[in-house]
Amino acid sequence: MLDVGLAEELAQDALVAALEQWPESGIPDKPGAWLMGTAKHRAIDLLRRRKRLELKYEEMGHELLGVEHEISEREFEAVIDDDVGDDLLRLIFTACHPVLSTEARVALTLRLLGGLTTEEIARAFLVSEPAVAQRIVRAKRALHEAHVPFEVPQGAELAARLSSVLEVIYLIFNEGYAATAGDDWLRPALCEDALRLGRILAELTPTEPEVHGLVALMEIQASRTRARIGRTGNPVLLLDQDRGRWDQLLIRRGLAALERAEQFGGGLGPYALQAAIAACHAGARTAAETDWARIAALYDALAHLAPSPVVELNRAVAHGMAFGPAAGLELVDALTAEPSLATYQYLPSVRGDLLAKLARFDEARVEFERAATLTLNARQRDLLLERAAQCDVSSTRLT
Amino acid sequence: MRFMILIKASKESEAGVLPSEQLLTEMGQFNEELVKAGVMLAGEGLQPSSKGARVKFAGAKRTVVDGPFAETKELIAGFWLWQVKSMDEALAWVKRIPNPTGEQGEVEIRQVFEADDFGANLTPEARRREERLRSQAAAGR
Repeated sequence: MLDVGLAEELAQDALVAALEQWPESGIPDKPGAWLMGTAKHRAIDLLRRRKRLELKYEEMGHELLGVEHEISEREFEAVIDDDVGDDLLRLIFTACHPVLSTEARVALTLRLLGGLTTEEIARAFLVSEPAVAQRIVRAKRALHEAHVPFEVPQGAELAARLSSVLEVIYLIFNEGYAATAGDDWLRPALCEDALRLGRILAELTPTEPEVHGLVALMEIQASRTRARIGRTGNPVLLLDQDRGRWDQLLIRRGLAALERAEQFGGGLGPYALQAAIAACHAGARTAAETDWARIAALYDALAHLAPSPVVELNRAVAHGMAFGPAAGLELVDALTAEPSLATYQYLPSVRGDLLAKLARFDEARVEFERAATLTLNARQRDLLLERAAQCDVSSTRLT
Repeated sequence: MRFMILIKASKESEAGVLPSEQLLTEMGQFNEELVKAGVMLAGEGLQPSSKGARVKFAGAKRTVVDGPFAETKELIAGFWLWQVKSMDEALAWVKRIPNPTGEQGEVEIRQVFEADDFGANLTPEARRREERLRSQAAAGR
């Protein structure tokens, strides 16, 4: 009989072998199947070695205890050849294991599951290639040292581990969708990678509503990709976008995924709630038709479920749109002392927008200028400085 | 990147012959694989051209021509929209499209324009940064 421990150890070995080998040989077509193939070869090696050892013992006249260790290759395959999807799932959970830093999880996931080269990862995250390579080496070592089992977590552990996986996928998506640094506003390839991973995960774990929620969120956000870039590569904000350029196929896919998330009953999770918000925008034919009261209510629910200063800031925007800029400003002002938002450019830019709507242009200009100093994205900075300049014009018109 | 996969029509598809159960089953499995691999965005089969029409444009004139149309091999009987990493991956999937009867056919693969196909979105700043990264990499940093 083959014990599970041995199978696990072999799979673990295969992962390490994969981590070592793939950088040189490139990602195989089916990483999951390849991994299990490797595990199988290792097992056969091990069994042969054990057999030789037994023969030696025999020669030496020792009594044999492990005769039942004779396992044919076919029997072994039956044990180790799970569903191919299972290997992939194990790989996702291992690459996104909480013992790793977020950066390491992202790099490992893109490398192993997204099929990106270290050079591509380096370019996407604006770090040097050796830094990415080192991140991957360290991650590999950390997994090894922590004896992380190569498996899909079960029971209570699953929820926490799944949220780590979803976080990594969404981080990758966001890095593509709203590049935090550099001159390119969008890096669509990262969005595509994240979307594909999300779609695969949804097929592998069809009963997890938040997986569908995340897929819905990404599909709907990705539907706006074309409309988010202006003619000169400048960013176009949601409410100014030409909705005719939104990708209706992705919107439909997003709405279908949201429906799947909702069909489980119970309240919506944080990703599904954000998807529901995105769906509100997607369903409005013009910006003026946006159901801001519903969006405000969804943000209230999100703030209750997953409170964070950033959610609170978005809630303020929604309340400002639904119930007037004064209502929004009240919520924003409660955030100005929030230390985690001290260098967050959206706080002053949202505050500036609300102040401008209340015709408090001098205060608004200061906020836009402050936001411009905080952003690392050159295109975003231009947009903010332009708004600051508009405040000057508006304010002289008033006086 | 996205590709549109165009399945060309055959004498049977134009005659409105429904696919055999075997083909339906194999196609179903293939579609499932596509979905599981996160490749499939959309896909539909098309009715024969006898149920279609063409509109010819000439200046301000519009002329409607009802199907069927003669040039069977140029007609389209179905399509997929796929999201893949490369043309190679698209080709690999296309080669696996089931064809249980072994009949002759043709499938055309066309890349879809994407937002980043505007080409030179590498601004001088971005190019400089990339050069900087390269030199850091060369310095073994």
